[in-house]
Order: sequence, then C-alpha cells, then structure tokens
Amino acid sequence: MSAITPPMTGSIGKTPAAQADERIRRISPWRALLNRPEFGSIAGTLLIFILFGFFAGDSGMFNLDGVMNWSTVAAYLGIIAVGACVLMIAGEFDLSIGSMIGFAGMMMAVPAMFLGWPMWASMLFAFAGCMALGWLNGYLVVRTRLPSFIVTLAFMFILRGLTLVLSTHFSNSTIVSGVGDKLSADPVVHTLFQGTTLHGLFGWLATIGLIEKLPNGEPVVGGLPKVLLWWLGVAAVAGFILSRTRFGNWIFMVGGDSNAAQNVGVPVRRVKISLFVFTAFCACLFGVLQVADVGSAAADRGLQKEFEAIIAAVIGGALLTGGYGSVLGACFGALIFGVVQIGISYTNFDSDWYRVFLGGMLLLAVLFNHYIRSRATTGK
Amino acid sequence: MRVRKISLWLATLMAGAMALPATSIAADGPHANERYVLISHAPDSDSWWNTIKNSIKQAGEDFGVQVDYRNPPNGDLADMARLLEQSAARNYNGVAFDIADYDVLSKPAMRITAKGIPVVTLNSGTDAESKKLGAILHIGQPEYDAGKAAGERAKAAGVKSFVCVNHYATNVASLQRCKGFGDAVGVDYRGSMIDTGVDPTVVASKVSAYLRSHPDTGAVLALGPNSAEPTIQVLERMGKAGKLYFGTFDLSPAIIEAVKKGELNFAIDQQPYLQGYMSVAAAVIAYEDKTKDPAAIIAKLKANPKFQQRLKTYGLEPIYTADGVRSGPAFVTKDNVSTVEKYAGQYR
Repeated sequence: MSAITPPMTGSIGKTPAAQADERIRRISPWRALLNRPEFGSIAGTLLIFILFGFFAGDSGMFNLDGVMNWSTVAAYLGIIAVGACVLMIAGEFDLSIGSMIGFAGMMMAVPAMFLGWPMWASMLFAFAGCMALGWLNGYLVVRTRLPSFIVTLAFMFILRGLTLVLSTHFSNSTIVSGVGDKLSADPVVHTLFQGTTLHGLFGWLATIGLIEKLPNGEPVVGGLPKVLLWWLGVAAVAGFILSRTRFGNWIFMVGGDSNAAQNVGVPVRRVKISLFVFTAFCACLFGVLQVADVGSAAADRGLQKEFEAIIAAVIGGALLTGGYGSVLGACFGALIFGVVQIGISYTNFDSDWYRVFLGGMLLLAVLFNHYIRSRATTGK
Repeated sequence: MRVRKISLWLATLMAGAMALPATSIAADGPHANERYVLISHAPDSDSWWNTIKNSIKQAGEDFGVQVDYRNPPNGDLADMARLLEQSAARNYNGVAFDIADYDVLSKPAMRITAKGIPVVTLNSGTDAESKKLGAILHIGQPEYDAGKAAGERAKAAGVKSFVCVNHYATNVASLQRCKGFGDAVGVDYRGSMIDTGVDPTVVASKVSAYLRSHPDTGAVLALGPNSAEPTIQVLERMGKAGKLYFGTFDLSPAIIEAVKKGELNFAIDQQPYLQGYMSVAAAVIAYEDKTKDPAAIIAKLKANPKFQQRLKTYGLEPIYTADGVRSGPAFVTKDNVSTVEKYAGQYR
C-alpha cells in the first residue's frame, strides 16, 4: 500500500470529473496531507522555526547572513540526504557516504596537486572513481545478498583508511592544502563549484538598501552559495524521477517487496545498483563542493556524515524498512538538521546540548512518523 | 485522541526546551550585554580544551561579560568554518579562535573582520598567520622558542649532547621543538632525533637502543606524554632515572609524578588557561577601548587586579614580549609541581 502512496496522493486535487472515477476513493485534503511522508518533517520545520524565533529571534540568526549561514549547512547535508533517502526507499543503506566524502576530496586534490593533472580532469576523476565505488558497493550487495549495512560498513573503513593513506603518502600530513588557489584558476571547476553566484543581484539589492552593508561598502552577503543551487538541482531531479517516472515506481516497489517486484518484471538489481551509484555521486558532490569551499582536502572530512544523512531522511519520513519516503521530506529533514546544528549557537544554550536536542528531534520525528503511518495504513 | 497525545508530546518538548539551563554566566554590571565567543577546532571528546572552557568562564566573570564556547562536535574543520561565519552573523562583540588550518579559516575569518569585530587567535598557528587573518593578537607557544628555552636550561646544567624522542615526526611543530633545543645546546638536531611513532613498546625499545649505542648522551628531550611516558620507564629500567638530564613537553599525570620524584628535570607547559583567558580578555579590552594596539591592550590587562589574582592562584606565568604576549613555555619543576598537580586538568 505504502509503495504507491505518492502517485496516488499525487492525483488529489484534480477536477471533480476525474474524482468521479469509481475506482478512486475520495480523500479529504487534510487526510491527504497527513498521509504524505514529508508531513512530519514540514511540521517539525515549523516547530523548529517557532522555537528558534522565540529563543534567538534577535540574535542575527534570521538576518540575511545568518540565513545563508545555516542554509549552507542544510544544503550540504541536503545533497547527501537526498541520496540516502532514495536508497532507503529502495530498502538499502549506504554507511560509506561519510568516508566517500573524504575520499572524493582526496581523489580530487591529489592528482591536481601532486601529479600535475588539470583541476577539471581530477574533478572528473573523482566523480568517476566515486561512482565506480558506488557501483561496486551495489554489485556486492545484490550479488552476495548480504545486508547493505555490512557491505557498506566495510567500505566505510576501507575508504577512510585509503583517504589517510593517500594524504600521508603524498603530502606527509593528514591535510592537503593549497587546493583552493589552483581551483579558482580553473574556469570550469570554479564556475561549477566554488563560491557564490548572482553577485549582481545582491549588489543591486544592497544599493537599494534591501541588504545591509559592511563598513567597507560591500553587501553583507555577496552572493548565493552555489551549494544551495546544487541542492535544489539534485533534489528536483531526484524528486521528479521518484514521483513522476516509471523508474521512480520501481524504486518504491523494490523497497516495498523486492521479491514481488522481481516477479512482476522490475529489474531489481539494476534499480539497486543505480541507486548506490547515485548515492556515491551525491557524496562525491558534497566532497568536491567542500574542497572548493574550504580550499583543502583532509583525511577527517565527512566524519559521521552518513548518520546525519540517514537521520535527515528518517526525520523526512523515510522508513528504515524501505518502500516509503519522499525527497521533499529528506530536504526538510536536512533543513531541520542545519537549523538545529547552527541555531543552537545563536541561542544562549551551551552547545554541549546540541546532541541532546538532536536526539530528541530524531525520537520525536520517528514517533510522529510511526503514528502517521499507522493511521495511513489502518485508518480508512 | 491520538492527536491530542502528540500535541501533548510537542508541548512537553517545548516546555523542556525552555527549561534548558542557559550556561553563560548571567553577568551583571555595565558590560552585561556584551557577548564574546571562543571557537575551537576540538571535538567534544577532547579533554585538553576543558582548561580553556574553564578559563573563559572565569574571564567572563572577571570582566562582567558573557562568553560562549563553540566547537564542531566531530572536530570537522569545515564545520568550524561555519561556526566562524555564524559568529560574524550574530555580531558578537569579539571573537577568539585557534588557527587549526589557515587555508580553511581565512575566508570565514575575513567575514568577521569585515564587520569590524575584534579578533584574537590562540593555540595553534603562527604570529604571521594571525596577522594575515587580521587578528589583533596571537596567544600561543612558539614551538621553536620553547625548544630553545628548554635547551638553554639544559646548557646551563652542562649538557652538550642530546637525543630528541619524536613520536610525531610528520608534525612541523615537533621538528621545531627539537631544532630549538639543538640550536641552544649547539648540536645539529638532525643527528640527534629518533622517529619513534606512538606505540609505547616501540618508543621504549628505540630509546633504550639509542642510549646503549650512544652511552655518552647528555640529555633526553621528549615531545609529549606519548614519548615521555615510555622513556621514563626505560630510564628507570636502565638505572639512569634521575641521573640523566631529562625534559619533556606537555603534562600528564605520569609526567607530574616523574617531576615530583626528580626523574624529570622539567616539563614544559604551554599554559592553556592563559590562552583562553587572555584571548577573551584582549577581545573585551579591544572592543571597549576601541583599540587595535596590542601593547595598550596588554598594558591594561596587566594592570587588572583580578587577572593578577588568577595568575597567583594558579601559579601561571605569561611571557610578555616586545609586540605581544605568549602563553608558554612555562617550566614545571620540583619547586612548583604541587600547584600544577592541584589544578591539573582544570586550570593547568
């Protein structure tokens, strides 16, 4: 039932003529909203904004530079949360996301800094390498039928170790610095990944007084971080495929019951492997964007990001058992995560409470989703 | 019915959140609205920074301002960069942070200085990097100078040769410590250094092998607890403990014990308390007096009776230089080890 929820609810709100079809049950708009997987995370986002509006409303958190600050955090996490979410809908996990981020950064930095490759080539190399590793992850999972939990856990260690090996072998340190300058000199990589965009718009907004200015006359925020655009792009594409295409329906079916899916002719293996590749692509995108942003690659980048991505997907309504979830929900989950992580620094709470708060949010989200699901599946 | 239960949950959570204790000390007095922040790169689990957390709390009390401590929970430097941007967006009155990596932090630090917020750097990083970031002061321990000061101490005791037990050879700071010591004693450090790694068994066997093949070695310099603790055991086993001149960097319970027994002639403390306290205090003075002159700031801090009282209580000794101040090296010897032991892990 849950496997076909999104397409079904997608038909709500059509003309009365369409609803007159005897095969479609009438569902009230309120119930339809409640049944959407992302409802919990949207409600949670509202709650979080109310809370922080109350505790940190006057601290600069909702000024333009504050908004850019926490939305950047949310955007980074959002990119991998989308990947983790669609993979979870298909019933699999990828615990190597965090290590893949560090590894991607190193694969991009090492050829460019030590082997004399041009930046764009090492960027392509990083993407190709990561997607190949994603394929290997997926292949091992579908061939051996081992739980993806175990297979990707192995890769979590392997990739983290390889990242350290690469960095100490080439740079004699756990950090490869100086990538930033080389990156800005490469027009392709610079345009795609580094810094901010829409400078003209922000400059214009500052001249008409909509954006505050710094003492030196520059606008407080010079442009829109490119990572935000990437997040929107990845989420839009994944969301479209998931809810509007045949491949999207296959993902839900594979996650709901892979045997049944196989029996009705869904290429289960192909679906799963391609989703592992997509997740690896998302992790690589995260890594490349981060290297472009901070100007160095390090062996400890992306530590524990796999859990953050899974948490965001779960807050966003994805089920750990697969077959249920939405990209929009995962994006709101990432937004909650970003707002909580950074927002707590705007309040007067000790940041030691951050994990307590996060754990509470997670528990609340899961309870909420459980409740919604039991209503959605039993309440007629 | 179920819906009501959920709203009850939400209400409980909100009430709980409101009851969360606000940690910053509720300061009163004329500066109570001022808010400062110290941002470190250290993960939650790093105990070394506990001293700094305590020190900024006391600096906040002494100056009547509110001070926050922020760190990336997992120690991820990219997250630390976000925290720096956050401190700019929040318009803190002053920001202190450690230069964990210049490349990563230079851009976000620019955002803070662009807003005219006073910046002080501490702990890792060099004076030159600190200046490039637009900071007013850097409060740390220059490693070469610390090694040199230790070497001069050894030279005064008649040491003419030494072995440097380096457990962290890939670190530039380690090399500088050895080099400083070597330059002061008058020996080339490259011939006197052994790369041991951190495994205590390997450290011990390499040190004892070196001392057997070089029986005329005049002194041992360890670069931290990882190299000092196995070396203490080796010297005890070889019957050289207390006879061979032996110094180390940094403190640990075993090191303090060895200093008390006289097996270690000195341990070099970089005095993290001072790094925390003085960086916050300097930011407060810079903001309130609208000055960026390090000499004026340090003069005012030195004249502060509350600061002097803290120094006396914990037995701390800042090192004032022509253009700034340093938190170390301070030498822990048999004479002052009892104070250090009393406050170890909290204020020392």
